[in-house]
Amino acid sequence: MLRSTTTWILVGKRLGIAFLTLIIVSFAVFFATEMLPGDVAQILLGQAATPEAVAGLREAMGLDEPALQRFLGWLAGLATGDMGRSYVNGIDVAELLGGRLQNSLRLAGIVTAICVPVALTLGIVAAMYRGSWLDRAVSVATISVISVPEFMVATLAVLVFAVWLDWLPALSYGVNVDSIGAMLRAYAMPVITLSFVVSAQMIRMTRAAVIETIETPYVEMALLKGASRQRMVLVHALPNALGPIANAVALSLSYLVGGVIIVETVFNYPGVAKLMVDAVSTRDLPLIQSCAMVFCVSYLTLITLADMVAILSNPRLRQ
Amino acid sequence: MTDTPLVSVRDLHIGAVTDSGRNVEIIRGVDFDIAPGEMLALIGESGSGKTTIALSLMGHTRRGCDIKGGTIRVGQHDITGMSERKRARLRGSDVSYVPQSAAAAFNPSKRIMDQVVEAARIHDMMPLEKARERARSLFRALALPDPDTIGDRYPHQVSGGQLQRLSAAMALIGDPELVIFDEPTTALDVTTQIEVLRAFKRVMKDGGMAGVYVSHDLAVVAQIADRIVVLKNGEIQEQGTTEQILKAPKHPYTKELLAAFDPVPHEPVAQVEPEKETPILEVRNLCAGYGPMKDGEPLAKVMRDVNFELYRGRNLGVIGESGSGKSTLARAVAGILPAYRGEVLLDGKVLDPSLGKRSKQELRRAQIVFQLADTALNPAHSVGAIIARPLKFYKGLRGEACEKRVIELLNMVHLPPALRHRLPSELSGGQKQRVNLARALAAEPELILCDEITSALDTVVAAAILDLLKELQQELGLSYMFISHDLSTVEAICDDVLVMYKGEVVEALPAARMSDEATHAYSRLLVSSVPQLDTGWLAGLEQDPELLAAFSDR
Repeated sequence: MLRSTTTWILVGKRLGIAFLTLIIVSFAVFFATEMLPGDVAQILLGQAATPEAVAGLREAMGLDEPALQRFLGWLAGLATGDMGRSYVNGIDVAELLGGRLQNSLRLAGIVTAICVPVALTLGIVAAMYRGSWLDRAVSVATISVISVPEFMVATLAVLVFAVWLDWLPALSYGVNVDSIGAMLRAYAMPVITLSFVVSAQMIRMTRAAVIETIETPYVEMALLKGASRQRMVLVHALPNALGPIANAVALSLSYLVGGVIIVETVFNYPGVAKLMVDAVSTRDLPLIQSCAMVFCVSYLTLITLADMVAILSNPRLRQ
Repeated sequence: MTDTPLVSVRDLHIGAVTDSGRNVEIIRGVDFDIAPGEMLALIGESGSGKTTIALSLMGHTRRGCDIKGGTIRVGQHDITGMSERKRARLRGSDVSYVPQSAAAAFNPSKRIMDQVVEAARIHDMMPLEKARERARSLFRALALPDPDTIGDRYPHQVSGGQLQRLSAAMALIGDPELVIFDEPTTALDVTTQIEVLRAFKRVMKDGGMAGVYVSHDLAVVAQIADRIVVLKNGEIQEQGTTEQILKAPKHPYTKELLAAFDPVPHEPVAQVEPEKETPILEVRNLCAGYGPMKDGEPLAKVMRDVNFELYRGRNLGVIGESGSGKSTLARAVAGILPAYRGEVLLDGKVLDPSLGKRSKQELRRAQIVFQLADTALNPAHSVGAIIARPLKFYKGLRGEACEKRVIELLNMVHLPPALRHRLPSELSGGQKQRVNLARALAAEPELILCDEITSALDTVVAAAILDLLKELQQELGLSYMFISHDLSTVEAICDDVLVMYKGEVVEALPAARMSDEATHAYSRLLVSSVPQLDTGWLAGLEQDPELLAAFSDR
């Protein structure tokens, strides 16, 4: 389809806003971590450290420079890919984060590949046959899943599949993943748990968005032109519901990178969320900041993508 | 014409489930026939069930409604006994539908041509290229501009009048036997309405199709229908030929409907001696617009150089089509949209352009009443709380004194005091508009700006609101600035009229002389476009085609 310059200006503006948000967020992240109670040097050296030793360490780590100066330095580092060094073990944060991020993205990727098609189909079908037994079954299932906390789902999954049935390993990490079968077994439980949590919200939002467009006069008009129910929903309602659906999907998926700490903990899965929690307990500021930035970037990327879909699917905006 | 009717409806009952789960019968035993090639009008006020009946002819009921009994036959098909799948086969091919608001009935994300030929595609009537060719010839027959390329546009790229005609093309593509028109011209300006009505009439006659025309407007129906069915509360009150209904109505309700059309000459309440009096409202070179400001002027200048004086106890009508800037004028006078140039004087004193900088007393003296009471009244507040707000704000009334005043105000607008405990959603359209008015009166204003306050109401209800306005004027010595697109409403209540076109006042003259003495070409067009209760009016109407072309670039 033809998209004129105005559309691209809109898209460009949206990208600009995303970038600006990122700068503001980085500012917030940096100063929020600054405000964490406790002194890194003090913690590193332990209770018995002399004040001179603490002061010396502070100077060596550059902690006595003004906060704003450190922020700008940190930002410049981020821009060039240098995330600084961990306070705790002196390893490059990028190195620490890299492997974990790969793990997180792999898990998120698998869950996305399974959830998005399943959730969209279920949501659309439930909306299409609103009030039928299928719709009711989907609604009851999604509400139950939303109301059960995920640690419950995770723990139950371990109890059933690992303890009682003994089909799957209880831990995902440390298991030998030398064959595809073993890999599937290792990922099965975290993927199942996350899929439940993520798709329930997606199904509900998709259903609501499609139902809202089904009730518009132009879908009734399609009915009065003799269109079948499938045609009404797929040809007339769905294209106009794309914007809200994309946003619902993005919101649900954004959870997969940063919000999965419970699942990562229960299954001992080495992802970014677990890394960040560990970093908080050791007060490893560069690591915390970098993890937070990773979460923000992934979140912003998803939301920006969803907005782009909304802009590009609206003919009024692409005149 | 054969003797067997094309459509016959017998003892039709349709039930609905309300939000609170109660079952109500909304259509109670309706019988009528439509002969092949005949145009039947269903007329009645909102809630009379006219649209419900029209849709049931296609076997469709809106959510929550159900056909409970009776039979509907269209051609050889028994609609009531059919499966949904079989009904779908009739829709768009044998029976088709022209919606009330074409703007809402076109899918915003699909090109017009794809939607117009869709019915032909669904029923596999003809190859795509042939369907497009037929659509283009329908566009030509419906007098649409650029018939060869208009289909490539998206719905938001054409005007309301054009969309309405395009929706007729959408209905006619499959060469149906019966076309249902659901208030197709209600949302249009009078000057546009004529074009659309003419186009409908021509294609229906050429195609020899039968039709059902749903409307609340007897004058429009008089132009297009062969027979009229008058409905109220889901029951037929009277049916007969158009001539007979208009000339010799039998049922009292029909007579009431007709009476609402009779012009009630307006008697001016106050005599003016301009030398001695200060006008209550004076507007000098007022300009307003929207969009980002550049060099002290907004990007879109919607209204330019408006001047008028309104004297105490007199009424000023502002008339024009949608987009003429008449509502902008009201908003600029009220200060909701600050004017970027010009002055507003209340009782000789210059007001600040912006609402926020006007004093409480200035605000109190001029109140505004909006068109849609539905959106102007907070749905979460009771009627009493809504009316009490200005009492607290302007008068500082509390407790019992406040309650007493609320009851007085409700009495003033002829509503029972018990209504103050209800929510706006529990009231009818006319009651809501009265509450809206009572809220304005609570401030004890001297001037009320009425923005299309009767436009969303049924004829009979609107006439009652106008009577109320006149009565309040007698009692309280109010002045109204009355904005409307409906000339007869303005004539019924105003002393003077401003005709607006494209943001400018093109003519100002006394209301009584409007019909006969208007000189500006657009005023003449407007006057001649108001439908008359006369079956031959549209056919006999001769409007200068150049004039039409100049003023209806839609």
